[in-house]
Amino acid sequence: MGVEIQSPQEQSSYTVEQLVALNPFNPEILPDLENYVNVTSQTYSLEVNLCLLRLYQFEPERMNTHIVARILVKALMAMPTPDFSLCLFLIPERVQMEEQFKSLIVLSHYLETGRLQQFWDEAAKNRHILEAVPGFEQAIQAYASHLLSLSYQKVPRSVLAEAVNMDGASLDKFIEQQVTNSGWIVEKEGGSIVLPQNEFNHPELKKNTGENVPLEHIARIFPILG
Amino acid sequence: MASNYEYEEGPAASYERESGGESEYDPNIVADSVKSFVVHMYRHIREKNVYEIHQMCETSFQSISERLFKETPWPSVEAIAPYVDNDHVFCLLYREMWFRHLYARLSPTLKQRIDSYDNYCSLFQVVLHGVVNMQLPNQWLWDMVDEFVYQFQSFCQFRAKLKNKTEQEIALLRQHDKAWNVYGVLNFLQALVEKSCIIQILEHDKHGLEQFTATDGYDYSGGSNVLKVLGYFSMVGLLRVHCLLGDYHTALKWLQPIDITQQGVYTSVIGCHIATIYHYGFANLMLRRYLDSVREFNKILLYIFKTKQYHQKSPQYEQLLKKNEQMYALLALCLSLCPQPKLVDDSVSSQLRDKYGEKMMRMLRYDDEAFGIYDELFSYACPKFITPSPPCFEEPLVNYNQDAYRLQLKMFLYEVKQQQLLSGVRTFLKVYSSISLAKLANCMEVDEPTLRTILLTYKHKTHSVDSDGRIISNADIDFYINNDMIYVVESKPAKRYGDFFLRQIAKLEGVINDMDRVKLE
Repeated sequence: MGVEIQSPQEQSSYTVEQLVALNPFNPEILPDLENYVNVTSQTYSLEVNLCLLRLYQFEPERMNTHIVARILVKALMAMPTPDFSLCLFLIPERVQMEEQFKSLIVLSHYLETGRLQQFWDEAAKNRHILEAVPGFEQAIQAYASHLLSLSYQKVPRSVLAEAVNMDGASLDKFIEQQVTNSGWIVEKEGGSIVLPQNEFNHPELKKNTGENVPLEHIARIFPILG
Repeated sequence: MASNYEYEEGPAASYERESGGESEYDPNIVADSVKSFVVHMYRHIREKNVYEIHQMCETSFQSISERLFKETPWPSVEAIAPYVDNDHVFCLLYREMWFRHLYARLSPTLKQRIDSYDNYCSLFQVVLHGVVNMQLPNQWLWDMVDEFVYQFQSFCQFRAKLKNKTEQEIALLRQHDKAWNVYGVLNFLQALVEKSCIIQILEHDKHGLEQFTATDGYDYSGGSNVLKVLGYFSMVGLLRVHCLLGDYHTALKWLQPIDITQQGVYTSVIGCHIATIYHYGFANLMLRRYLDSVREFNKILLYIFKTKQYHQKSPQYEQLLKKNEQMYALLALCLSLCPQPKLVDDSVSSQLRDKYGEKMMRMLRYDDEAFGIYDELFSYACPKFITPSPPCFEEPLVNYNQDAYRLQLKMFLYEVKQQQLLSGVRTFLKVYSSISLAKLANCMEVDEPTLRTILLTYKHKTHSVDSDGRIISNADIDFYINNDMIYVVESKPAKRYGDFFLRQIAKLEGVINDMDRVKLE
């Protein structure tokens, strides 16, 4: 179990996602799903992961905790979506009590409650779990940036440093990348970062979402109006 | 096999469950009213008299049950078969009603549970093979799917209580491991959805290429509505089963083809309408999409408030009331986690205040007593979660029927606890238009770094990710930070007039059409 397979990325994900869409209640697809999760690719499919966890629920003796842990790590990387909780809903309590899962739950807790400093400290103690999935650090840094963008118009450099667990030269590089790609601006005085304007940190940009009526609903009454 | 005894005058036979069959119930006795019932039902089904079938199911069946079969099952299918030409399909339908009556009035034995599953398998297989040419009332078709899922849930609960099982029961369970197997149940529901092509039908219906919603699913061109409508209701069945498993994301995916902002076949049967919204709302609560839950609960609770008097005589009335109460509890939970008083209609709001006003105030304190109330409301209102896997008979036999529920409750309370500090923030944000981090930290008796994390938590928890991956804010009161200053923003969710007007326009058109029709006669 848990063999690292370097199969052609596109082909395997296409087939597996089709399987899950067309034939989700079939125990025979379990090995295919497990292979998919184990592939060291950047693809992440909530549907596939949930399907696999469901099959484990139906046949607990086939559960592979290594794969479950991998699913959870990928779910952490998908924050701010609640995917991590969605997966936990399907994992029995006694399995959640195992050490590796307890650590992952603690990490999730820190991320959910904005305790980014504690998250990075705790993550450092569990490198082996996290290094199993490439891109983990970047994903969490993206989440941290997202949280900051929701909350701040201007954020002090020290707060940013803590949030993304970088400092000095690497932090400068990170900021540079964001300046190019995401529209960040560095204030000349004090070095605070001005985050791009969005409807969450700039209330005047908030659209009036209440009155969006989809065209197809209006289309239904065209025969009446015509 | 058939008998013609005059049975009507005697008292209802008692069916001694505990003494294991030492009873006055004779499955072969067919009272006159029963004979008349099956004969007429058979004729109506052959003649596709949907209205009469509906009346017989809803009224006649109930009144005969009330008179003759209060505590015993109906006569066996073998006893009535001769009166209906031994029609195979009718017998399957009769058995379906027979078991439904049994579950409602009595306690089914393990053998009966297994037999009921076999009956559903046979019935669904007949439907799936496309040989059925009947037109049945939506109420009955919904009852079939609803009961199928209910009996599955009941079986999982029953099976998980191993402690007091007799040896015969354990042997029977081991032998019939396919009965109510989760794969079987899910595959049947999925097969009905697929074979009926209901998803494509709904898609075409939306664009006016096919008539489905307009005819309430009935087929007026000589065909059968059974497969299509069973397929339709099976989507709701799948929504329900996935909620029972704790997979809320997939549950909502199965419901997607049905547009719950509009009337549809699901609203043609009140039980279906309520089940759909209840599970939709519950799933969204667990997905933290509180606004979606609040909106739908508000709509349905208002609807029930206005129309429940019309359902008083219906056999579904009690269920309706129970679900009504549960949805108020769920609404209380949603609004405690996501205060949005303006989204709730006045009548619903006042009912909510009556039932849960005090509890909601205590929940806001987020102390131990508050968590107790969250626990209480969740436990009252949640679905009966199941453990789908077959039991392990080797270990010391235990009851594990509560495991699934305990897990979901634990996860829910965990989420509640993470939101503990948010109500404190909200209180202060309501009072200030701007405040420095230092001052707020002082007020809340925490240090600044902790305050920053609390504010980030507030933002994270009040901004959920919807099904398209967009961030939606559900905060009634929001803020943004500029270095060390917090600026408060009060949001005003606009009332949605668009939907209201659309509905009224369509309704008025319907009334005008009805009036035109009257003139022509």
